[in-house]
Amino acid sequence: MANISRRKFVKTGAGWVALASVPTILHLDPARIFAMPVQGGELSDYMGLFSVDRPTIKKVMAAALAHGGDYCDLFFEHRISNWVGLQDDAVNRAYSNVDMGVGIRVLNGDQTGYSFTEELTPDAMLNAAKTAANIANSSARSVPVEFSLHKTPNYYPIEELWDKVGIDQKIPFIQKLNQRMRDADNRIIKTRVWYGDWSSHVLVANSEGRVTYDYRPMAEIHASCSAKQGSVTEEGSYSLAARKGMEHFSESNLKLAADKAVSRTVGQFEAIQPEGGEMEVVLAPGSSGILLHEAIGHGMEADFNRKNESIYSDSINKPIAEPMVSIVDDATWEYARGSLNGDDEASDTEKTFLVRDGILRSYMHDRISAKHYGIKSTGSGRRESFRHSPMPRMRCTYMLPGPHKREEIFASVKKGIYCESFTNGEVHIGPGDFTFYVKTGNLIENGKLTRPIKDINIIGNGPEVLKNVVMVADDLKMSVGSGMCGKNGQSVPVSMGLPTAKVSAITVGGTA
Amino acid sequence: MNSNNRKELAHWVVKQAVSDGADEASVDLANSRDIEIEVRKGKLDKLQESTQNSLSLSIYANHRYSSHSTNDLRRESLSRFVSEAVAMTKYLTEDEFRYLPEPKYCQGQKQIDLKINDNSYSGLTSEDRVKYATEIDAAAQAASPKVVTCTAGFSDTYYESIKVHSNGFEGSNAGTVFSAGAEATVEGKGEGRPSDWDWRTYRFRKELPSPEVFGQGAVQRALGKVGQEKIETGKYDVVIENRAASRFLGNILGPLSASSIQQKRSFLEGKLGEKIASDKFSWIDDPFVPSGLGSRLYDGEGLATKRRVIIDKGVLKSFYVDTYYGRKLGWEPTGGGTTNLVFDYGDKSLDELVAQMQRGILVTGFIGGNSNSVTGDFSAGIFGSYVENGKLVRPVNELNISGNLMEVMGQIAELGNDPWIYSAWRCPSIYLTELQISGA
Repeated sequence: MANISRRKFVKTGAGWVALASVPTILHLDPARIFAMPVQGGELSDYMGLFSVDRPTIKKVMAAALAHGGDYCDLFFEHRISNWVGLQDDAVNRAYSNVDMGVGIRVLNGDQTGYSFTEELTPDAMLNAAKTAANIANSSARSVPVEFSLHKTPNYYPIEELWDKVGIDQKIPFIQKLNQRMRDADNRIIKTRVWYGDWSSHVLVANSEGRVTYDYRPMAEIHASCSAKQGSVTEEGSYSLAARKGMEHFSESNLKLAADKAVSRTVGQFEAIQPEGGEMEVVLAPGSSGILLHEAIGHGMEADFNRKNESIYSDSINKPIAEPMVSIVDDATWEYARGSLNGDDEASDTEKTFLVRDGILRSYMHDRISAKHYGIKSTGSGRRESFRHSPMPRMRCTYMLPGPHKREEIFASVKKGIYCESFTNGEVHIGPGDFTFYVKTGNLIENGKLTRPIKDINIIGNGPEVLKNVVMVADDLKMSVGSGMCGKNGQSVPVSMGLPTAKVSAITVGGTA
Repeated sequence: MNSNNRKELAHWVVKQAVSDGADEASVDLANSRDIEIEVRKGKLDKLQESTQNSLSLSIYANHRYSSHSTNDLRRESLSRFVSEAVAMTKYLTEDEFRYLPEPKYCQGQKQIDLKINDNSYSGLTSEDRVKYATEIDAAAQAASPKVVTCTAGFSDTYYESIKVHSNGFEGSNAGTVFSAGAEATVEGKGEGRPSDWDWRTYRFRKELPSPEVFGQGAVQRALGKVGQEKIETGKYDVVIENRAASRFLGNILGPLSASSIQQKRSFLEGKLGEKIASDKFSWIDDPFVPSGLGSRLYDGEGLATKRRVIIDKGVLKSFYVDTYYGRKLGWEPTGGGTTNLVFDYGDKSLDELVAQMQRGILVTGFIGGNSNSVTGDFSAGIFGSYVENGKLVRPVNELNISGNLMEVMGQIAELGNDPWIYSAWRCPSIYLTELQISGA
């Protein structure tokens, strides 16, 4: 957690300052952001980032609560996204976006009034507040007397803000990654690389007088290639994402991304779409957590339950899986893509047990649902940006390690499939039906991994499949990919994890 | 800012980019007003209203290319934004194919009124919106005692956009979009709670049906799913309902783009002029459909739009070719994006298509699934109804449909007469023979 000195800024700036750097956009004294500590600043520093102060926030809140309403919050966000790409062996494209605004939300019971403005002037904020205020229809509520900064832990400390990293520092990595893919296999005919970073400064102030600040970094590497063998072409890719700074773009990650992209591509030459039908399925550790995300995660988001839409609406404290099964949604996993120091409505985040020892324990709550159920928020209130009102969302969803060994799981399968990498999934909350798409894996025959497989969809029913999780190994891994989760038109980054696990019966798509 | 100020600002940004060192530049300036209402259990659940702006700038400097966007339109901020954007472009590698579209492709826009802007929009009040959504909700609640919950919604957008190129092109666009509908959840058998939606989008407010249509429609569809079960793995004829068909046809769009061809990620490479689907299948991209949700006179690159025949009676006639990948391939650009997709519609309704089926599945929706764009292999979850002798027998779910897109497009036996006009992809219901379904 180093302080960023003024001297360092000048040095970086001499080469190349990040395009459209924060001071430009925020119209601030450049020294302010570049002198600001990554964490551990004062409230006035953070308010200063958005050119607001206590009296202005108070005035805006007074307007938001002018027609009553139980609560309001202001969500200030400044986000910079940068993408630099390589195709046909040249770093020949770059995209960037700078986005800034404040979302103003008024809650009246479980009703939401929402507006946002991209102009951080007092007038524009007052107008937005007046619009959001219309959800309520009674007499004005008083606003807090004092605001204080609520300090949060930091689950993703980084050395240097992304705001200050120039494109010149990114290009050599991209070129080296490309070269490694090119050199790996003479069947490679095309390669593609993206280097991405997107990071935001988030300040949330609410009518209880609480203010939180978070700097949320994100770093992404995407490598993909096409290869040709005889008349057959195949394509494959690998992504590595984390809440990190420049340190994410390390030599080891470069090698991992290049090697995996190549092996996943050429590996498909031998792969088939298997025979379909109900069968035993073994899931690889890591991104197989997509099973949990779809089979139980979404259904445990409390908004679906308070509205009685979810298949899990009546299942709290009921047995739902074998006693070896415990499933958590965790905001505190260091550097994970889905981790959060504080949620998007200033609540503290935590590690929430959805299932403990086979018993369904807790939904994921935002402020509205926590109030509905009369409990504390689990810090799951998330939003895509200042343009959106928050709702309960997953962060890092995973299953805790179980009693089995990976080898004994394989040995137990006579005929089934092993799923290793995935592209996407979907769930229908009410019936509980869910799917995920397996990009690569293997057949399992008589306890051994045999022929590679590819491109099949798996479909099941959430509660049924959880009951069918019959073996769980001790090798939990968290996904490292660039997972995004979509819900009601809002997209947020998430992680998921799983130890090697076996589902005794689920429907696998296939060609015969 | 009025539209003259916006135009002036767009020209100013282009000039700034050129004076900072760009050879060419293009600017897109967009703004919109968006309103969204949700009603649940007779009560307003959510009211959201906002206006937003965005400016996007593409820079071509010594055949180096980059693109940048911001929502901060203050001149002093933009000035820094532009100069930094130009400065960073210089770090990129030269790419001889990067320059603005030649003016000849941007000229000759069709002179017609697309009828995409409802002038009555400004008369629409919050009360009107809430009333409409409340009536949808009431109709859903009244439709069946089995309704567990329903969320009804109304949303609308007014948008404007301006496009300016440094080589003389200038275009502008304005339109309205209204959406309304409901999602209903009903009691099922056992723990599951079947749900379904009826949600549609229009250009003109007067096109909206009476609100009961949505409330009743969503509930009836959800009730139709009660008692869903798997069926045996095997080969079945399939009818895909019009509103679900875009999920299936969407698998072909990526492989139809020039970028996929040039990057060696398309199973359609080398297939131009060849038969890739059955005679019954024609795919036309028509930018001029009156009130079409994808209607436009110029595309994202500023190219004047044209009616394009992509697939004619099963024969691949054209790819979606933008200028950049077109140059790389040595092909004439045709436009890289879709506008409205229309098809050679048949003469039977969905019910009549189903009535022809001896043993098969009416697919009312997809869940998950994906495809391999290089090989054409695909696999996706489906649900709907099992059909025997032309009659719906029972609802089905937890099934996967798998195959190869080239083969499956050859199995298209018939298209319905029922384009889903509430989307830019005006897909009809599609009858396919002998598809592989995995179930129990």
